[in-house]
This record gives sequence, C-alpha cells and structure tokens, in this order.
Amino acid sequence: MVSPAEQPRTADTPLREGQNPVGNAARTAAKAIREFYRRKRLGAIGGFVFLVLILLIPIGPAVAPFDPYSPHGQFKYAGPGTVCDSESACRENFGKTFWFGADQLGRDTLSRLLHGAQISMRVAIISVLVGVTAGALIGMASAYFGGIIDLVIQRLLDTLMSIPVIILALAIVAAFGASVTNVILALVIIFITGSGRVIRAQAMAVRETDYVLAATAVGAGPVRIIMRHIAPNCAAPYIVFATANLGYAIVVEAALSFLGVGAPPDDPTWGGMLAVAGNNFIEVSPWLLLFPGLVICIAVFSVNLLGDALRDVLDPRLRGAT
Amino acid sequence: MRQYVAKRVLLYFPTLVLISVLVFLLMRVIPGDPAIQLLAAGGDASYTEEELAEKRADLGIDRPLPVQYVDWIWGMLRGDLGLALYYQRPVVEELSPRIPITFEIAILAMIISIILAVPLGIVSAITQDSLFDYIGRAFTIFGISVPIFVTGIVSIYILARVFNWLPPFGYAKLWEAPWENLQQIFFPALTLAIFQMNFTARVTRSAMLEVLREDYIRTAHSKGLRERVVLVRHALKNALLPIFGVAGWSLAILLGGSVIIEQIFVVPGLGRLLIESILQRDYNLVQGVVMVFAVTVLTVNLMVDLALAWIDPRIRYG
Repeated sequence: MVSPAEQPRTADTPLREGQNPVGNAARTAAKAIREFYRRKRLGAIGGFVFLVLILLIPIGPAVAPFDPYSPHGQFKYAGPGTVCDSESACRENFGKTFWFGADQLGRDTLSRLLHGAQISMRVAIISVLVGVTAGALIGMASAYFGGIIDLVIQRLLDTLMSIPVIILALAIVAAFGASVTNVILALVIIFITGSGRVIRAQAMAVRETDYVLAATAVGAGPVRIIMRHIAPNCAAPYIVFATANLGYAIVVEAALSFLGVGAPPDDPTWGGMLAVAGNNFIEVSPWLLLFPGLVICIAVFSVNLLGDALRDVLDPRLRGAT
Repeated sequence: MRQYVAKRVLLYFPTLVLISVLVFLLMRVIPGDPAIQLLAAGGDASYTEEELAEKRADLGIDRPLPVQYVDWIWGMLRGDLGLALYYQRPVVEELSPRIPITFEIAILAMIISIILAVPLGIVSAITQDSLFDYIGRAFTIFGISVPIFVTGIVSIYILARVFNWLPPFGYAKLWEAPWENLQQIFFPALTLAIFQMNFTARVTRSAMLEVLREDYIRTAHSKGLRERVVLVRHALKNALLPIFGVAGWSLAILLGGSVIIEQIFVVPGLGRLLIESILQRDYNLVQGVVMVFAVTVLTVNLMVDLALAWIDPRIRYG
C-alpha cells in the first residue's frame, strides 16, 4: 500500500495538514479550509449547509414559531402560509403563520422540523463520534496486536456485518426497547463494525512502517505506539469514514422513526413526520411529504458532498469508490 | 483453488454459529417476560405463581440459556424454529409464505438497478470529466442521499394522485397470477432499484476507470482494435468483476430496504413480518426472520466469493 506521502504531486495531491509544526493551528485550519473551498467548491458548500443544520440543534427551538406539540384542531392539514386567525383555536399563537402548513393534528410543520433537528442531527453526530472512534480504537488494537485477538475481533465484526444494517438496527431496538438512546446504541454498533475494518486496514499498513519499528526499538509501549504513531496516520480514513456515515446515520434514524421503532411518535423527528405522510397518504397534503422529505435529503446530500470531497482530498486511493 | 474453497467454506460455519449466538442472546435481552405477556394478553391480569411457572415451562424459557440455545439450533437444523408466540403458530409456517415475496422484490430490484446503472457507469467512465460524467456523478451522489422511504412515499403519492392507481394489496403467486404479481412487485422493486442503482453506477464507473488505465487496454488499442471491441471485450469484461463482487453487499442493502418498502407498499413480505413481530415482542419470530436474512446474506457472499475465485485466477492464487 502506498502511503499518501509517497505519491507523486498532482493537482489532487492530498492536503497535508500536520506538515506544519505545532502552533498556528487556527491559521493552518483557516488556510486548509480556504484551500479546500478553492479545490472542492461543492464539497465546501455541502459542509457549510451541514454546519447550518448542526446550528439548528441549539437555535432551532428558539426560533420555532409554535410549540411543536400543541395541536390546533381547526388547522388540520392546513396548507403552507395559512394564518392562525381563529381566536379560539390559537390563543397564544394568534396571528402566527403556518409557513410549512400543519399536520393531521394541526401541529406546525416548521416548528416540528426545527425541533426535529434536536433528535435527528444529535443522534447522527453522537452515534458517528462514539461509534467511529470506538471502531477506530478497536481496529488499531486489532491491527497492532494481530494474532488471536485480531482473528476474534475480525470474525465478530464480519458476523455483525452480515446482518443488513436496518435489520440489525431493528433487532437491537427490539431487544432494548424503542427509544432515542437505543437508536444511538444501534448506530454505534453498526459504525463500530464498519470503522473497525476500515481503520484496521490502514493501521495494518502503518504498523509495518519504519517509524513504528523505531518506536518499538526505543521501548515504547503498545498504548504509546497506537496513540502517538498509528492513530495520527489513521486520521485521514477516520475523517473520511466519519463524514461519509453522518448522512447514513441520519437516514437510519429517520428510517427507524419512520417504522415507528425510534423516538416516541409524538416527538418531532424528521422520519416520524414522514411516517405521518406515509400513513395518511390518501388524504395527505403534499407538503406533509415535501418538507420533511426535503430536509432529510438536504441534510444527507450536503454531508455526502462534503464526504465525497474530503475523500478525494484526503484519500485519493478511494476516489470514485462508494 | 481447492485450498481457497476449503478456507472460504470453513470460514462460513463459525460465522454462522456466531451469528446464531448473537441473535439468540440479543433476543434474550428483551425486557419483560413473554410468559407474563401471554398470560396478561389472555384477558385477566391475575394469574398464580403456578400458572406462571407452568407457562414458562410450556415455552421452555425456564431452562438455562445454553440448553435453550442448543434446543433452538437443534430445532433449526430440523426445520423447526419454534412457535410464534403471538400467532401461536410455528415460526416456519409464518416465514415460508413470505420468503419468496421479499426475495422476488430484491431480485427484481437488483436486475432493474443493474440495467439502469451499468450503462450509466460505463458511459460516465469513458467520458471521464465530461459534462455527462459530471451530471451523472452529481446525480448518483444525490440519489444516494434520498432515503428509500422518501422515494417510496413519493412514488405511492404519484401513483395514487396522478395515475389514480395503486398496486393491488396482498400477494399473488408469480406462477399463478403473473400479471397481478408483477403489478404488486414492480413498483416496490423499482423504488428500491432507483436507490440501489446509484451505488452500482459508482462501482461500475470506478471499476471501469481502473481497468481503462491497465496496460492490456493500451496494448489492445495499439494493436489497432476497434474502440468497441476494446471497450466491450477487454475493458467491460474485467470491470464486471468488481460489480459482481459487491452483489452480496448489494443484496444486503436491498433486503434491508425491502423492510421499509414493504411497509410503505403494504406488501406482506418478511420485512413487514419483522416489524410486526418487533411491535408484538414476539422474539421467536424476530430471531427467525433475522436468521433468514443473515443466512441469506452470508450464503450469497460465500457463493459470490467462490464464483469470483472461479472466474478470476488472481483471487485463488493471491
């Protein structure tokens, strides 16, 4: 396996962060982002959109016009732009507009979407951070120690991987009960299997390098070698894998909520809102389908664009692979 | 070759055992005693300790876990997966009529996605960095970003509102009522295929690009072969290997997707059964369905690997 450093320099040679000595970290980061924007405009825009969606986690509830739980009986299936002009139905919400319409109970779609980011985005970020990091640690340990440990870990990951993701997630949620925490648990297990294998492959190559041999020769222990020497050199596939799976996490969370085994149905989640559209599709108003569907697609698309661009830049070997 | 096959087949069985242990243990974590649930479901919430113990003995869940596991495996080998707790019918009877439905959808989806994706990927690769390639790539990234349940509801909505038509409910057997069967299966399969084709197109494109840079392609060109011959006979033939190689993986995605699509199109397949059994906390049924999915994916992966080794000597000697 060719390490990025040995590749001939072309227009697409990976950005090499970490080339600069310690210090000036912020300036280096800013420069890297500018360079990234210059070379991968679409990816950078995707990253920006996703960042805005992440900001919805703290900001969303504050800017939501309505309470996401409060039903307005007179405004069931109200169209986008309907104004809450009935004194009796609206009370504290009098005069406000259902910008994105209202659902089968007359709850404001926009407010539910804004609150929904709380669950959807948070589940994605937590599960990816925890799952991919744990998987990376397991993968590096597996590669470093090798032998029987490696064999057992890889068999276990293989086994988990042979169950289709949605079905594994459903089985886990079935076993532990339907809740947001258990959706995160299911996703973490799924990401451990994936990143455990991806990072192991990279760590196997790094383990054979001279600097690891040198570190071993001066008496560094396994923890030090893994954390100081192997981990930094697995950063690129780690970042690529994590970004690529953020979108996946959003989809799986939405799918579980859609199937009614994720967050409780009353709670505003993007997938749960689609389930309403899916179950009432005969009388459904198209916007019940349109807005949550659009938000999910935008979130996943933006982070996929970012992931694709990051992969091109950080890991040219994988370009074009899925 | 023989050594490779032996190695690969030997790996299959431990994985199978491991998966059954995992599924078995996972289903024992389920909170709540199924015996209590069954008794409570019988109408009266009052039951004596003896009744409970009797019910537990009845279900066989009063025995130690290893005994239950061995019993379950032994039953499975004889085609007995236990009793579906909710329906009080053998799990096998619940499963077997549904297996062909889900598999039919998955296989049809795979065929459609390959028909759509392989030409797209090839043209994209040949015209690398052209406008077509650029649009094709953007399209596939976007396609991956649209979840199956969104496509599913949209297609149901379009069928119902625009064409005023919905696939007939239920399931007609392929051999008995082929036309009705096709009506029921086609749109779920198409929806899955529209999602799946993006992966296949990307794999095809990158496989084709890689092959086009090989020496033997340059040789073929310099021999003066026509472009078409080079592409079809030299490049495509080799590029098809990776596409075939991800078939097992594709099947796993399609089977997972069918769970969602069956829910949307109200198709009585394995996926719907899985959701039902989860909501009913019928763990005998859940573990039965999960085992069917897992064994299928494992077996298909094994067959794909063996077939690849047979087609491509680089693998069996590598």
